[in-house]
Amino acid sequence: MLGFVIRRVLQMVPMLAAIALLIFVLFSVIPGSFATGQQDEGLGLDMAVVARMRAELGLDDPLHVRFGAYVKQLATLDLGVSFRSRQPVADMIAARLWPSLKLTIAAMGFAIVIGLPLGFVAALRPGSLVDLGLMVIAVSGLSLPKFWLGILLMYLFALTLGWFPSFGYGQGGLWHLTLPALALGVSPMALLARTTRAAVLDIMNADFVRTARSKGMNEYRVVVWHVLRNALVLVLTTIGLQFGSLLGQGVVVEKLFAWPGVGSLLVDSVFQRDIPAVQGCILVITMFFLVINTSVDIAYKLIDPRIRYT
Amino acid sequence: MKLRANLAIGGGLTLLSLFVGVFGPWLAHTDPIMDANLMNAELPPSGEFWFGTDQQGRDIFSRVMYGAQISLTVGIGSQLINTAIGTTLGVTAGYWGGWWDDFVNGLTNLMLAIPSLIFALAIMAILGPGLTSLMIALGLTNWSYTCRISRAQALAIKSQGYVQAARVLGYGDMRIMFTQILPNTLGPIIVIATLGMGGSILAEAALSFLGLGVRPPSPSWGSMLSDARETITTAPWLSLFPGLAIFLTVLGLNLLGDGLRDVLDPQSRSRR
Amino acid sequence: MSASQPLLQVEDLHIALSTDAGSFPAVEGVSFEIARGETVGLVGESGCGKSITALSIMGLLKPPLGLAGGRIRLTGQEIQNLPAAELRSLRGKRIAMIFQEPMTALNPLKPVGRQIAEMFVLHQGASWREAEQKAVEALTQVKVPAPGRRAKDYPHQLSGGMRQRVMIAIALACEPDLLIADEPTTALDVTVQAEIVDLMKELCAARGTAILMISHDLGLVTDICRRVCVMYAGRIVEQQDSEQIFNHPQHPYTQGLVASLPRLGMRAQHGRRKLMEIAGVVPGITAYPGGCRFNPRCSRATEICVKVVPELEALGDGSLVRCHHHG
Repeated sequence: MLGFVIRRVLQMVPMLAAIALLIFVLFSVIPGSFATGQQDEGLGLDMAVVARMRAELGLDDPLHVRFGAYVKQLATLDLGVSFRSRQPVADMIAARLWPSLKLTIAAMGFAIVIGLPLGFVAALRPGSLVDLGLMVIAVSGLSLPKFWLGILLMYLFALTLGWFPSFGYGQGGLWHLTLPALALGVSPMALLARTTRAAVLDIMNADFVRTARSKGMNEYRVVVWHVLRNALVLVLTTIGLQFGSLLGQGVVVEKLFAWPGVGSLLVDSVFQRDIPAVQGCILVITMFFLVINTSVDIAYKLIDPRIRYT
Repeated sequence: MKLRANLAIGGGLTLLSLFVGVFGPWLAHTDPIMDANLMNAELPPSGEFWFGTDQQGRDIFSRVMYGAQISLTVGIGSQLINTAIGTTLGVTAGYWGGWWDDFVNGLTNLMLAIPSLIFALAIMAILGPGLTSLMIALGLTNWSYTCRISRAQALAIKSQGYVQAARVLGYGDMRIMFTQILPNTLGPIIVIATLGMGGSILAEAALSFLGLGVRPPSPSWGSMLSDARETITTAPWLSLFPGLAIFLTVLGLNLLGDGLRDVLDPQSRSRR
Repeated sequence: MSASQPLLQVEDLHIALSTDAGSFPAVEGVSFEIARGETVGLVGESGCGKSITALSIMGLLKPPLGLAGGRIRLTGQEIQNLPAAELRSLRGKRIAMIFQEPMTALNPLKPVGRQIAEMFVLHQGASWREAEQKAVEALTQVKVPAPGRRAKDYPHQLSGGMRQRVMIAIALACEPDLLIADEPTTALDVTVQAEIVDLMKELCAARGTAILMISHDLGLVTDICRRVCVMYAGRIVEQQDSEQIFNHPQHPYTQGLVASLPRLGMRAQHGRRKLMEIAGVVPGITAYPGGCRFNPRCSRATEICVKVVPELEALGDGSLVRCHHHG
């Protein structure tokens, strides 16, 4: 088991390196990109200042030198210094990380707490009105733009009813968290409900469930003793993938609700053409995505004894 | 029963959005950008302005009609790029195998390791706003499923008798891939492209909402919602109709995709 | 209940397959009896309805299959319409079943000991602790080596034969009156098959458990069963004692089955004659022919076979046959 964990963690290293390279290439190599954008935009910057900045930031060095410097930086967990605020990017992101994670965890928690039982209920009565209704809700949930849902929630629960604040982080409590988490959580909830339903239907037709029935078990025990865990294994992958991608999708919701997370930092940095901050945000979000996927693989191994130690 | 309901409702909604996308300019009452009239600013829905007017007095109905063009152009364009990349890489990787297969696999894994919206956002940041950038950004970032499926199909079909026979008959690799393998991967790929188109439209709206998609005067549903947010207290209807348009279009594509999956790809039914 | 009363009576059982195109008879007019401790075989090709007959006895038919008529009696009590809860208390406790594929019939995510222990918790009200101890005993009885350690293993860690032993341990855990074995050895290596069959025979004999053995393999069934019912296309076509059926098969289909069996010494008797095969294929359930369902494949078929369904005819010595031209 330990060997598996170590191997799985080590597999992340080449992937991270590839991602770092990709980000570097995107932002440093493509001609006319970002780095030179300051002139085209006509922001009224003095060309001499730009030239001095470029030299200072090492942007005029040959590519391989720059990539070497970039990797060396990353290796020491240094994400560079922001062009704008002149603060270390790592510090800027660190301050934003917890709000982002909190939002993602809350959204995913909502998705799991609501989506799993809905999928189960639908699967236990396939073809029923309940099933049909739940699946209509699920496909609708998948088709909703998150930010539109956010705007609707904001209008209804914040501006009209006044139950929740319309935006901001406040003291970081549940009161401010609720609406953004709902806006972000509905589509993974819908997806989970669908996946769970499919998984449970699959398992309910499995031979071992027939065996369980032939033992004289009632349906409740069949479900709790034999279906639940097996269906969860199938659903776990979806949970992991969703959890990871929510960090990315959270960008829109963070921006809408003025939530001080990595996502809104990313968008703001894009508009400020703050390359180190943009690169840093993308790298951190992607790294979390990788870490979560790896953890899911490891969790998978823990609950499913069939997966071999490879 | 349910299968047909999926197809019927999904197909109907999709046809409706396509119709609006193509005939939007004729359906619209006014020019979506030029017909600003501050005298008419922020009027609620009425007989004259069915969906109301925005801050600058532009007719929301007309803007929503024009918006369909942008959404569908980006949706279709990006899916064409995705499908082209995905099938080309997938089919060649599965058919040729070897180092090329390893390379394509690595690339696919890399794509899957980056949240696609973030990747698209990065590309938009580099290319700058605009329709073409959107199609490229969303077209470069969502081909991994297509690639995996066509690779698996190519692998499965490669070993079958008729492909072997074609090879013995001296058919070239390209001909075999195009005439024998590609047609067999069509079903699942159409399903992925349909569902993916819904995803692209959502992503386009999100990027435009963030200000990174289509530039503001253009009537993109996402950027309309971005503007509408500022007047949500005084003119909430501005937030309603563009969002509803996105929702119905994507819902139609999702239902259609589900329905098509039941028909074209029965074994993967209800998976994922 | 009297001693002479049969353990299980199946009378005029009908099972229907409902599809969009209508309802089709999957099993039609099947009747047989099993006495206490008796072993009876149900033989036929796949799709002939033997497995669903077994499932209907367990009350485990699932749509689109459903009971369409007939009675199933367990020691005189009709069980085909019992409320779900009462039926459940019979399952596992009085009638148990083992299945063809022990890999998929066991839950892959539970240690096998736990899966045996469930029986004691369900039917004997044992605590999990007691039940797990009893599970180890049960594994000992089915001759699993190192049962204490094996009980903690997951199904994928066991061999096919070991898994089927676990299934037998589950089935016999509560000492049922009847064990239904649906192709219990088909998925196993030939070398293991005999071991499993011997084990079933031995354990059931010791407990006085009756066996309903379902198989496509006439040789296997006659080996353990006293009596054999041959099914074809949803109907029983012949019922005979095992010893008789080899020497005097009455129905042309049974004769075909017997002739297709490789037998010891046969090569010596018949030289290089090839094993006989029955010509033609089993008709699909939606396309059963009229009259005797075997008529398209039968060399003796005449006009009457196409028009009239033959009745099950008693031949005096206790055997039954459904053929216009038997013998």
